[in-house]
Amino acid sequence: MTEPMTGIATTQVTKAYPGSERPAVDDVSLHIADGEFMTFLGPSGSGKTTMLSMIAGFTPLSAGSITVDGREISRLKPHRRDLGVVFQQYALFPHLSVARNVAFGLTQRKRPKAEIDRRVGEVLEMVGLSGVRERFPRQLSGGQQQRVALARAVAYEPRALLLDEPLAALDKRLRDQLQREIAHMHRELGMTFLFVTHDQQEALTLSDRIAVFNEGRIEQLGTPAELYERPGTLFVAQFLGESNALRLRPGEVTIVRPERVTLHTGTESVAAGQQRRSATVTDVVYVGDHSRIWLRYADGARGCAVLGAGTTHEHRPGSEVVVAWHPEHEAVVPDAEGNPK
Amino acid sequence: MTAIRPAGKPRARAHWLLLPAAAVLLVVFFYPLATILWRSIAEPEFGPGNYLAVLGDAVALRVVLRTLGTALIITAVTLLIAYPYAYAMTLVGRRARGLLTLLVLMPFWTSLMARNFAWYVLEQRGGVIERAFAAIGIHGVTLLGSVAGVTVAMVQVMLPFMVLPLQNAMLGIDRGLLHAAGSLGAPRPTAFLRIYLPLSMPGVLSGVSVVFIMSLGFYITPALLGTPQQALVAQVIGTRVNDLLDFPGAGALGAVLLVITLVVLALLGRVAGPVGASMTGGGDRG
Repeated sequence: MTEPMTGIATTQVTKAYPGSERPAVDDVSLHIADGEFMTFLGPSGSGKTTMLSMIAGFTPLSAGSITVDGREISRLKPHRRDLGVVFQQYALFPHLSVARNVAFGLTQRKRPKAEIDRRVGEVLEMVGLSGVRERFPRQLSGGQQQRVALARAVAYEPRALLLDEPLAALDKRLRDQLQREIAHMHRELGMTFLFVTHDQQEALTLSDRIAVFNEGRIEQLGTPAELYERPGTLFVAQFLGESNALRLRPGEVTIVRPERVTLHTGTESVAAGQQRRSATVTDVVYVGDHSRIWLRYADGARGCAVLGAGTTHEHRPGSEVVVAWHPEHEAVVPDAEGNPK
Repeated sequence: MTAIRPAGKPRARAHWLLLPAAAVLLVVFFYPLATILWRSIAEPEFGPGNYLAVLGDAVALRVVLRTLGTALIITAVTLLIAYPYAYAMTLVGRRARGLLTLLVLMPFWTSLMARNFAWYVLEQRGGVIERAFAAIGIHGVTLLGSVAGVTVAMVQVMLPFMVLPLQNAMLGIDRGLLHAAGSLGAPRPTAFLRIYLPLSMPGVLSGVSVVFIMSLGFYITPALLGTPQQALVAQVIGTRVNDLLDFPGAGALGAVLLVITLVVLALLGRVAGPVGASMTGGGDRG
């Protein structure tokens, strides 16, 4: 394998804290291509934030190396890495005005004053906050503060932007809106984005590729569609979206996504060649644009089916149904119990 | 400053809660203060005579200047010791922080007299300090009876008044800001100077105000550990009251000290104003 020259590459990166039984990050190698939107997704404690922190330079590595465009950076101090970082708690300097916050990185790089002024104006306009240059961070809403933090982190055109759960402190509506703005910024700037989140919806919506972290390792790396349609492990299948996880053969689990199954009241309407299993409806949830039918299979496994809006159905909690799907929509993963990880 | 306060009735009712404190202050503080100021202009005859005497008295002026200088040195030394100490307190774990707080509060729990006599014993000729210096080859270090001896003892007393406001301000500083500064290209010294130091300024200013003003009025420590030749204002006032029975003259000198104190407070307030105003909650609460 040849060493990738552009983008961010990590090679066998490990972080072990003294006194803890397993490493926080365990032998992680991956390559983030130039201009890519990469997301580290995982539950808390999975190592995704530690990984970002090591790339940013806030946490020293126990082993391994990190390169940016082929240049080894893992022993450089954060201020020499030329990366932008956006924090969950904004981390704006409270004693500096918005303009001086945004100018901070440019001032450190000793750019001429005229250029700083122009650039501050440009990035504030990009995040739609031209009118608040002279305000102080505490005078802004949470969403505005995070926009200023985004502007500050891209103002000096760093090599890549690292975002550490930037939307986690915001309420749902702002989160959706900023999600779209971040996607827009990524397209506009063409910059490499590394985004850390525990929110699978966020990861699926924004990313070119997602690295799913679990217990310090990358469980699976792929495009959102690959991870959703073809999960490689039971953990990925269960962490990303809902699924029908059926143990049809010993040692493996068959995953079928809720959109891929159809419900029938008898076996007559099931097309030939389709897989079928009987189940009991446990709950029916109407969500406007679709309905979710929660199921329990004969072996006790739980599952779910999604019916589009306008589908009339007679399913009620307690009714018996036949669940059918096409074999090509199955993903077969190793059973976690027979496969220690 | 912009915080929403309950308006109207509850606020009006709260005034009554201040009544006991106001009554005590009126009787034991403002009444004596007014008496002293009145006597300083009314005796022995009405007029600014006592003040002209103080301002025309070279010795009195020298004492005032020496007091200001000593207070300045004490404040500076206390700040230099307290700042790293308070900073360390914000970095360590909860248990170690408790221990460090305990150490710094210890002087509060010992009586002033006991502490001063302890320093007397340490600083005297042939005392522990002199012998310790002699052991490393520096002879003749007797702190007792010198400005240095007074300064050392007063710095110890003043330390908690500097450490506590500093630590309070520093605990309110998000250490993530230093990471942010680093990621933006600032080396650690720059991040400290541009971000941490300005954000800790409210603590510095309140510590400096308290220590400087308290140092101006110190009486027992300089009386016990210093010499009459290097007396500070409080000692001179004491001499005028106790030995010379010159109440009006003492009052005038006291008034001069009060004016100096108020001027210093006003100047520090002017500096603190813009710093405090741009802070998030921390500055307002502190």
